[in-house]
Amino acid sequence: MSEMNRKEMILMEDDITRLTVHELVDKLNSNELTSEEITKAYIDRINEKEKDVNAFVTLTTDTALEKAKEMDKKRYSNNAEFSGNTKMRENLVGIPIGIKDNMCTTGVKTTCSSKMLENFVSPYNATVVDKVNDSGLISLGKLNMDEFAMGSSTEHSAMKITRNPWDLNKVPGGSSGGSAAAVASDMVPWALGSDTGGSIRQPASLCGVVGLKPTYGLVSRYGLVAFASSLDQIGPITKDVKDCAMLMNVIAGYDEKDSTSIDMPKVDYVSALKNDVKGLKIGVPKEFFGEGINEEVKDQLQKAIEIYKELGAEVEECSLNISEYALATYYIVSCAEASSNLGRFDGIRYGHRTENFSDLNELFVNSRTEGFGDEVKRRIILGTYVLSSGYYDAYYKKAQKVRTFVKKEFDKCFAKYDVLLTPTSPIPAFDIGSKSDNPLEMYLADICTVSINIANLCAISIPAGVTSDNMPVGMQLIGNRFTEATLLNTAYTFEQKTNFRDKYKPSFRREEK
Amino acid sequence: MSNEIYETVIGLEVHAELSTKTKIFCSCKTEFGAEPNTHICPICTALPGALPKLNEKVVEYAVKAGLATNCSIEQNSKNDRKNYFYPDLPKSYQISQYDKPLCNNGYIEIEDDNGNPKKIRILRIHIEEDAGKLNHSDFSGESLVDLNRAGVPLIEIVSEPDIRSSGEADRYLKKLKSILQYIEVSDCKMEEGSFRADVNISVHKPNEPFGERHELKNMNSFKSIQRAIDYEKDIQISDLENGVKVVQETMRWDDVEGRTFSMREKENAQDYRYFPEPDLIAIKLSDEYIENIKKNLPEMPESRKKRYMSDLALSEKDANALISSKAYSDIFEEAGSICKNYKAVCNWLTSDIARILNERELEPENIPFTAKDLAELVELIDNDTISSTIGKDVLEELFDNPRSPKKIIDEKGLAQISNKDEIAEVVLKVLKENEQSVADYKAGKDRALGFLVGQAMKVTKGKANPKMLNELFIEELKK
Repeated sequence: MSEMNRKEMILMEDDITRLTVHELVDKLNSNELTSEEITKAYIDRINEKEKDVNAFVTLTTDTALEKAKEMDKKRYSNNAEFSGNTKMRENLVGIPIGIKDNMCTTGVKTTCSSKMLENFVSPYNATVVDKVNDSGLISLGKLNMDEFAMGSSTEHSAMKITRNPWDLNKVPGGSSGGSAAAVASDMVPWALGSDTGGSIRQPASLCGVVGLKPTYGLVSRYGLVAFASSLDQIGPITKDVKDCAMLMNVIAGYDEKDSTSIDMPKVDYVSALKNDVKGLKIGVPKEFFGEGINEEVKDQLQKAIEIYKELGAEVEECSLNISEYALATYYIVSCAEASSNLGRFDGIRYGHRTENFSDLNELFVNSRTEGFGDEVKRRIILGTYVLSSGYYDAYYKKAQKVRTFVKKEFDKCFAKYDVLLTPTSPIPAFDIGSKSDNPLEMYLADICTVSINIANLCAISIPAGVTSDNMPVGMQLIGNRFTEATLLNTAYTFEQKTNFRDKYKPSFRREEK
Repeated sequence: MSNEIYETVIGLEVHAELSTKTKIFCSCKTEFGAEPNTHICPICTALPGALPKLNEKVVEYAVKAGLATNCSIEQNSKNDRKNYFYPDLPKSYQISQYDKPLCNNGYIEIEDDNGNPKKIRILRIHIEEDAGKLNHSDFSGESLVDLNRAGVPLIEIVSEPDIRSSGEADRYLKKLKSILQYIEVSDCKMEEGSFRADVNISVHKPNEPFGERHELKNMNSFKSIQRAIDYEKDIQISDLENGVKVVQETMRWDDVEGRTFSMREKENAQDYRYFPEPDLIAIKLSDEYIENIKKNLPEMPESRKKRYMSDLALSEKDANALISSKAYSDIFEEAGSICKNYKAVCNWLTSDIARILNERELEPENIPFTAKDLAELVELIDNDTISSTIGKDVLEELFDNPRSPKKIIDEKGLAQISNKDEIAEVVLKVLKENEQSVADYKAGKDRALGFLVGQAMKVTKGKANPKMLNELFIEELKK
């Protein structure tokens, strides 16, 4: 195909960035697009939208374009790796990506959106970053988040406030708010997020995109700056379910550097997408539809349930009475681990060091006082408290027992059902500033998601519809440990039927208030 | 004095560095004495995102130590975090073991102060990581952190409070050290800090409950541990006698001043906020794993001792002295097997070598020459190349500048004079110069012979074959 024809066939740049990754891969494979063209389209989109959305902490668009040219050469060189075989369909060489700013990258700052790490450059790559690089993916930059992943709105970032592309007055959710907003606004074709209590799924829900929290141990945590080690998990935030499966193929797998990662046979998540849920048993835990769940959210989920029935799934109401225990347990366990994990930021070896100190203790105290934001301090104090002698048994130890209880309750459900269906977030995206002064209310944003981390399960959030106000509503599908393939197929089948992306897209509206 | 009615109660916490090649949670080298911060990586410097990975050798070594000290091995163990801030602790927590140590309820046997056998119970042995080191510069007033030692594997061996005197403490520590060396899990070099002991000590009247204890730190030799114990015992007794309450606290031993100082820790004791380490999985050990380690344990000192007494006919005292350190026992066995004169090797080790080590404040593992050198020395005496007196000079030389004893003798011209003519010449010369002694001898004073032999030795600088010298003098004097 000549240069001229190709240009004619395609496509406004906006259209390029609107494409999913699997569509981009098809265009690369059929020589309709080059990586350079794709990358350039994304850079133009970033130049247009980033000033409204504020999704990035650090942009690497300069090096991205150079790398794209390199990748084009690689793709078109006649080496065996890329010569027309079946593997080519999934060949991701030259596709851009965005990375949450809590995954270590050499040569580019990893700030965790904290003043503490404002200038920190890691000397090593996180395992997932190595995998992304090895696949030929090109990073467009590091994405904003709540400081150290603590929050549900990205308002706790020390860098900037990210806005929801569907309504710029609203939050994108959090903590992977930068990742979700960047994918929703087509500034990256997909992104990596991390999820400790809902930090992938809740922003995916609020931004109308797909987000998967893999089973604990499926994706290596090596190089992910730890928030709560027994809960953290990296996962994809994508435009659709197939992209999600493709990115899982890149990042899943055993890593000897992470003792908690599980050594098991590799699964091809893309081939698991059968577009068929006939006979699939879906449980709908009624407790997840009770008090505090927005009516419009309930309506959209009710419609989704009907669609699954139409598609031949066996949907049944069930009981799973854990939410309130799970939330308390989550905050005890995650804060306890965080209080210990964040101890290393002491101003001695790296990170922020105060200029005002006269002895060692002041060096520690002032560096941490200046370097950490309020929410991080709140959780360190809470975590330190629940681990203190005299309180340990009443809080931390009790929480571990509840954690076992929550796991057992889920096990009971999964003895009956393949998948559980719940809202992802009790409410659609809320106004910036409306909850940031009320930590408890903010913590309730995680009520539907935290139990999945507590029980080490997997769960995906996909768009179910929109509210009357045109804000996206997410549906959470929960699977037993290491059933990502089933989960992705369940989500995929719904998506193929409903075509959310064809019907709705972000408006970037900004109502004057 | 009322000292008699008090009993001293001592428990010891020993930290021994394990001699694995790499650190406990990363693959950095454990080598001592490298340039600061050259054996470090993202894991042992606690960079954001880095995760620990347990070195399986560490578990194996700790299990060995447990089995060698009669502990039961915990098949379901785990790691815990001990949280505190200090610049030499990069993560701000130490990965240790809290409520499920690898080894529990062991004992080792020592002699009490009356020479009777006594068991000292071991409460637990657990694995943990060492911290880094702070180097304080007097010049700039700065403190610099060296993280080479951060993550070096340690075992902590906690005894029950079964020890009653500084002597028992000393024997317990030396026995423990020798066991760890025998099973080759630690080199136990006190001067490099790879074997350190903290002492918990209290005094009480035997029919009363245990007293409040002091924890003593900063003792850098066996000698200073004994001194610190004796000092504290006296102080605590005199406090009690004077109505001063002993309160639980941590004390620092000052070796120069010979006394302890309170470390004045803040009133509310450190709360380490232990909790299970979420970055590591539980340690599960199978019966086969433990059995296999048990089967492959090297020969223990007690077994060597029996062998020395039954097969080599050594006295119990000599056997005890030899097994007191693995280095000693190893040299003994190797040198003996070369020269076949085990008795002579034993004598050298237990008398002259022990004396020199003591004079020079060296440990047996610091002996600078090889077992082969010692065997050669014994052979040179046995085949009359040198006298045992000259042998002692050669030994000193072996300590100063170790090389083959043959070479030393050649270089220094120390070989024994066994040439009859040469000796006869000396004998005649001495007889001529000491007529009075000759007369004394002939008058029946046998002692005069000794004097004459001594004079001849002086002339030959000790090199004359003493047996030949004696014979020739008697022969000449009979004439």
